[in-house]
Amino acid sequence: MRREYGIFYRIDWVMVILYLVLVLFGWLNIYAAVYDELQPSIFAISQRYGKQLIWIGAALVIAIVTLAIDPKFFSQFAWLIYSGLILLLILVIFIGRDISGARSWLHIGSIAIQPAEFAKMATALVVAKYLSKIDLNLVKKKPWLKAAALIFFPALLILLQRDTGSALVFLAFLLVFYRFGMSGLVMLALLALPVIGILALLINKFILIGILFIGAVTYYILTLKKTRQLLIVLAVFAVSVGYVFSVDYAVNNILKPHQRQRINVLIGKTSDLQGAGYNVNQSLIAIGSGQILGKGYLHGTQTKYNFVPEQSTDFIFCTVGEEWGFLGSLVLIGLYISLFTRIVIIAERQRAKFSKVYGYSVAAILFTHFAINIGMTLGLMPVIGIPLPFLSYGGSSLWAFTILLFIFIRQDSYRYELV
Amino acid sequence: MEKHYLNRKLIILGLFVLIGFIFVIRLFYIQVVAEKYILSATNNVLRYITQYPGRGLIYDRKGKLLVFNEAAYDMMVIPMQVNAMDTAEFCRLLEIRIEDFRDRLNKAQRYSSLKPTVFESQINRENFGALQEKMFMFNGFFVQPRTLRKYTYPIAAHMLGYVGEANPSVIAGDPYYKSSDYIGISGIEKSYEKELRGRKGMKIRVVDVHNRDMGSFQKGQYDTISVAGKDLWSSIDADLQLLGEQLMQNKKGSIVAIEPSSGEVLCLVSSPAYDPNLLVGRIRNHNFSTLSEDSINIPLFNRALMATYPPGSTFKTANALVGLQEGVVTANTRYGCPGGFALGNGHVVGCHEHSGPLDLIESIQYSCNTYYCKLFKSILEKDGFYATDEDFNKWRNHILSFGLGKRLGLDLPSELSGNIPSSAYYDKYYGKNRWRSLTVISLAIGQGEILVTPVQLANMTAVIANRGYYIIPHVIKGLGKPNSVKSTYMQKHYCSVDPNYFDVVVEGMEQVVLGGTATNARLDSIPICAKTGTAQNPHGDNHSIFIAFAPKENPRIAISVIVENAGWGSSWAAPIASLMIEQYMNGVVKREELKERMMNGNLIRK
Ligand SMILES: [Zn+2]
Repeated sequence: MRREYGIFYRIDWVMVILYLVLVLFGWLNIYAAVYDELQPSIFAISQRYGKQLIWIGAALVIAIVTLAIDPKFFSQFAWLIYSGLILLLILVIFIGRDISGARSWLHIGSIAIQPAEFAKMATALVVAKYLSKIDLNLVKKKPWLKAAALIFFPALLILLQRDTGSALVFLAFLLVFYRFGMSGLVMLALLALPVIGILALLINKFILIGILFIGAVTYYILTLKKTRQLLIVLAVFAVSVGYVFSVDYAVNNILKPHQRQRINVLIGKTSDLQGAGYNVNQSLIAIGSGQILGKGYLHGTQTKYNFVPEQSTDFIFCTVGEEWGFLGSLVLIGLYISLFTRIVIIAERQRAKFSKVYGYSVAAILFTHFAINIGMTLGLMPVIGIPLPFLSYGGSSLWAFTILLFIFIRQDSYRYELV
Repeated sequence: MEKHYLNRKLIILGLFVLIGFIFVIRLFYIQVVAEKYILSATNNVLRYITQYPGRGLIYDRKGKLLVFNEAAYDMMVIPMQVNAMDTAEFCRLLEIRIEDFRDRLNKAQRYSSLKPTVFESQINRENFGALQEKMFMFNGFFVQPRTLRKYTYPIAAHMLGYVGEANPSVIAGDPYYKSSDYIGISGIEKSYEKELRGRKGMKIRVVDVHNRDMGSFQKGQYDTISVAGKDLWSSIDADLQLLGEQLMQNKKGSIVAIEPSSGEVLCLVSSPAYDPNLLVGRIRNHNFSTLSEDSINIPLFNRALMATYPPGSTFKTANALVGLQEGVVTANTRYGCPGGFALGNGHVVGCHEHSGPLDLIESIQYSCNTYYCKLFKSILEKDGFYATDEDFNKWRNHILSFGLGKRLGLDLPSELSGNIPSSAYYDKYYGKNRWRSLTVISLAIGQGEILVTPVQLANMTAVIANRGYYIIPHVIKGLGKPNSVKSTYMQKHYCSVDPNYFDVVVEGMEQVVLGGTATNARLDSIPICAKTGTAQNPHGDNHSIFIAFAPKENPRIAISVIVENAGWGSSWAAPIASLMIEQYMNGVVKREELKERMMNGNLIRK
């Protein structure tokens, strides 16, 4: 039996080390982002890096506690945890405090937590629980609709807190669904929507419709001209045309000028360096000025003097880009991709379907955060305020990501016993 | 019947790698390929703050402060930081209109919304005091200290000149000057600009996004310290200058006094004058256009250096010296005067009543026209009736050696050269060999084509006072410290007339005052040597001209006075010169009645 080696030998140290490296690198960069020559003490509690140090300590305790919990606990109590978090999400809508436009914080004594961060973990548990039911026929559509409802419900509650970014992250589960049998067409449609939408604003509508028409004809010919396919192709084409017109109408007639401005800035139609485009432009300046080798640790000027907004939270990657340069950024992106790949590889080796689905959920959630956050700082995505996992300043997100990852590490350490 | 979808694992892993790859390519573009981000980063963080040095001060010859600096303030704006504020109050304090406020803010915005721009320049201390208490209400505005010129006495405006903002062509031509820098535009301010301006310094400050100062850049190792401009010691005697301007009020003309032994200019009066304080600060533009539009008095015109007049009879002193040098007369040469000099074509150069025949001394004393026509004719016909060209040029070269007919080279801009006509000129005008001594005989008595500036006339007087040389007149005798004059202004320029010939002319000039044409210039205590003159003026009344130096031995002052449209030389110019000499020699004017009469005389027709 392997049990006698104990938990210490059975956990996946690759994931743990990648986690520790990211957390510590994050802390170094938070220190750099708020670094102040006038107050040089590195452990000053009042400063963000001081607080983050406490939160890192707490996160490590949480990680150890998570590793000590019986792995079966998480699958058994998945529904309870999920229900508890849903309650908290509802509660926060009513008694939460508004912080920068969103009502997503719950204050318990002096500690403020963001239930939305933990809701992702709870949803991952319940999705894993649901999809691992033995009697589920995943070839049919109905189970997928039920699974979609599981992610839709918390996402809606978070949307009601006006925390659009966190709600968007729930789309990560579609990647999990895809892995476990959901039709690839859903993914394709989801991908096509923003692409066609952006093109509708950028190029002439009728040219776009022409392109769509040629695409539809080509698809029909390639699928051997079955009559049933023709109807589907026609329907999809009709919906696309309607979509093109409605996007155009919505942006030009329904949206308020400042919202239209934001969209135009994002798709590159106009530039507005003082208004909507300011943050992204300053972010690009900070990263770009790092050049190949970076300005050196604590020598960044753009982030240090607050040209970059939210530099220790959502725009923490700017500090990395400015002070560590292209090479440092390359290493960081490499670390993330390694972690995601490692999680997927470990997920694939799980014998228990619960662990496998949960593992994919962890990878998908972390990846979505990574893609949206860095995409935003690099001006490739709209400005959506969500944290970069393990790096961004903030207790709630760090603890939530820690629990999310270490539940999986715990499941993996027990993979021979779990079926 | 569960499918395993293992290829989807690869698609998902592929997606991870693809996104990572896109990020790396994007990073490569913005960090390695594109240059605009690194440039923007520098502009973001560093503020280059110019340290304006104080301009050098200017003292008079006795150490009285003439020009100093007063604190003034430029209101700067960083448009992006301007919030809603009490615009009406702000405009009231700045004394501008609300429409101006918007225009200026828009203009600044167009230049840069993040960089400071001058919103209102040269706010004086009084206005700033009221403003300072309320600055906290006006976000995005701050005040940058500058200095304004201030003048202790309302005198010597033409000589001191004025300071203004460097214009675009200056900025394009000289990298030292940047927009809104000050530069000397005329007078001493212009000619000594490089010494007076000092050196600007530059502080490089690091600022954060709110433009708050975060300290010096790299511990200030790239900062440069401003160096204050050098102080100048002028040779001007402020009391003399003041008296000169008072005596000349309501008259057009000029007074130039020089210390003969050093070439130091003691006063440089051009009338009508203006208060130099008018061309300072925010009132400058308005006052400048008022002054420049006054086409009757032309107050901005510096007559002392730029007005040219025929020297009239004062020129007889020079001709007498040339005659002596050329040996056509001696001290004892006597010519009779039948009341004029007949030109042979029916025209006569008239003379006035005096006893005759006169010797050289008496010819100066009584200013006999006939004497000088004969003398001049002798000079030009020395080598025979047909040798005019060569003899004329010989005469001309003697005259040029008195510093006439060319720019003297004062340390002031805009000096004119006057005119001593050349034989080439007459050849062109009359034709080669078509003119004779009688054709140009008016030169004998300082009329005709000959033109001199007041400063040249004073310098000619200094040559006589020095018995044969001059030092280029200059208004600055100390650069950075008193009595450190440039070597150019120490060199003696000898006149081509032998020093021995001067005494007889000096004797004649003394007699002018003692018993000649200018007895009203007489001072009991000081022997004055002088010569009267009248410049013919085809446009109106003749100009009254007077040259003098005193005392006779070891002269300390040589002076030229020109009063336009004042008629006969002894009427106005002689008493004014006499008062000036009294002031300079005695430090005080005792002849109050004469002074009052001269001051109150109004020769400008309304
Ligand atoms: Zn006569």
